[in-house]
Amino acid sequence: MIKKTVNNVQEALKGVQNGMTFMLGGFGLCGIPENAITELVQKNIKDITCISNNAGVDDFGLGLLLQKKQIKKMISSYVGENAEFERQMLSGELEVELTPQGTLAAKCQAAQQGFPAIYTPAGYGTEVAMGKETREFDGKMYVLEEAFKADFAFVKAWKGDEAGNLIFKGTARNFNPCMCGAAKVTVVEVEELVPAGELDPNQIHIPGIFVQRIFQGKDYEKRIEQRTVRPKS
Amino acid sequence: MLDKNGIAQRIAKEVKDGFYVNLGIGIPTLVANFVRDDIEVEFQSENGILGMGPFPFEGEEDADLINAGKQTITALPGASFFDSATSFGMIRGQHVDLTILGAMEVAENGDIANWKIPGKMVKGMGGAMDLVASAENIIVAMMHTNKAGESKLLKKCSLPLTGVGCVTKIVTNLAVIEVTTEGFKLLERAPGVSVEEIEKATEGKLIIEGEIPEMVL
Repeated sequence: MIKKTVNNVQEALKGVQNGMTFMLGGFGLCGIPENAITELVQKNIKDITCISNNAGVDDFGLGLLLQKKQIKKMISSYVGENAEFERQMLSGELEVELTPQGTLAAKCQAAQQGFPAIYTPAGYGTEVAMGKETREFDGKMYVLEEAFKADFAFVKAWKGDEAGNLIFKGTARNFNPCMCGAAKVTVVEVEELVPAGELDPNQIHIPGIFVQRIFQGKDYEKRIEQRTVRPKS
Repeated sequence: MLDKNGIAQRIAKEVKDGFYVNLGIGIPTLVANFVRDDIEVEFQSENGILGMGPFPFEGEEDADLINAGKQTITALPGASFFDSATSFGMIRGQHVDLTILGAMEVAENGDIANWKIPGKMVKGMGGAMDLVASAENIIVAMMHTNKAGESKLLKKCSLPLTGVGCVTKIVTNLAVIEVTTEGFKLLERAPGVSVEEIEKATEGKLIIEGEIPEMVL
């Protein structure tokens, strides 16, 4: 067994530097790597390019990095819940590249799987496709989208073992599996780190080969963005 | 004239037995409340669930179980979870039968704009560009006119496009309209709404053939 465990978040983020490109898993605040984000704030890493579906909210998730102006550029599909984000974007402090959500996932997965680029129909005929190569297949138009290149991928999983094998929970899975192995270094934080052999190999969502470092996360807040309920009747 | 629930109720009639359906944020989300209970339908949310159920009971919310609108939800028996690439694989691969989404503008050739107002509002397209580029059956749920009273059914969209020539049907507070190669074809009137009122509220080419029936909800 090739062991991927590190002792803590500090060890897990060794080598992180200003100006790097990071992938961060999560959809809204669901399944975000809370420990890694907190450590990036602590280390005050600057001029970051973030590949993440969303940008957090003002006081949580990537919003914490935005508050401290640590982010230079965001590559996201939807950024609607963050007032500070909007302010920085409209004032030109923050560079933003909006990418269709499926394209964002595909560009991560392409990087993971060794494809330099993929063709997608999403965005054809819109400003997203401007300046990009397009091509017709079977009478339909597609846009060439290149794989992402990133220095670190920060991933949150539910359970993981010492070998870096991962299991995700519910819709907290989202972009996390697509980012594993899609950057030079994949760092995974888990709610429950277990010895090798405890997870059923049949149930593994992401094999440890895509993971370089795994650690036991702590103090998860798991904030809910829109608490919607129905009354018990 | 219909309210938002009325629009959702009318669209629910387009949902057929055995359909996998993706619902956008806003009015489309309400459609789930009106689908007949004698048919089997599965709702897909692009953040990674098929078989999405209603909101949880109070106290049973799970931060790891949300829909694409970031609302807490439940999973029904037979549900599955998957990653974002798989989710959009379902959409791009045309395995989802029906997409229902909102719009700021629709053009008579089926172009749709719903993600950006230059200089004013940039929230992003989320999954909308992927959905409209791939789905074969796209229904737009929206009000017929904007808050200023201007038509949202146009000759040509003025806002940045989300997709080209993709909308198949539009259900508004005033009418049900099919998008054809000739333009907007009026299929049904909302209760109490005249053909003249619909004509007046539609900037794009409106095709009226014969007697236009009133919607049955």
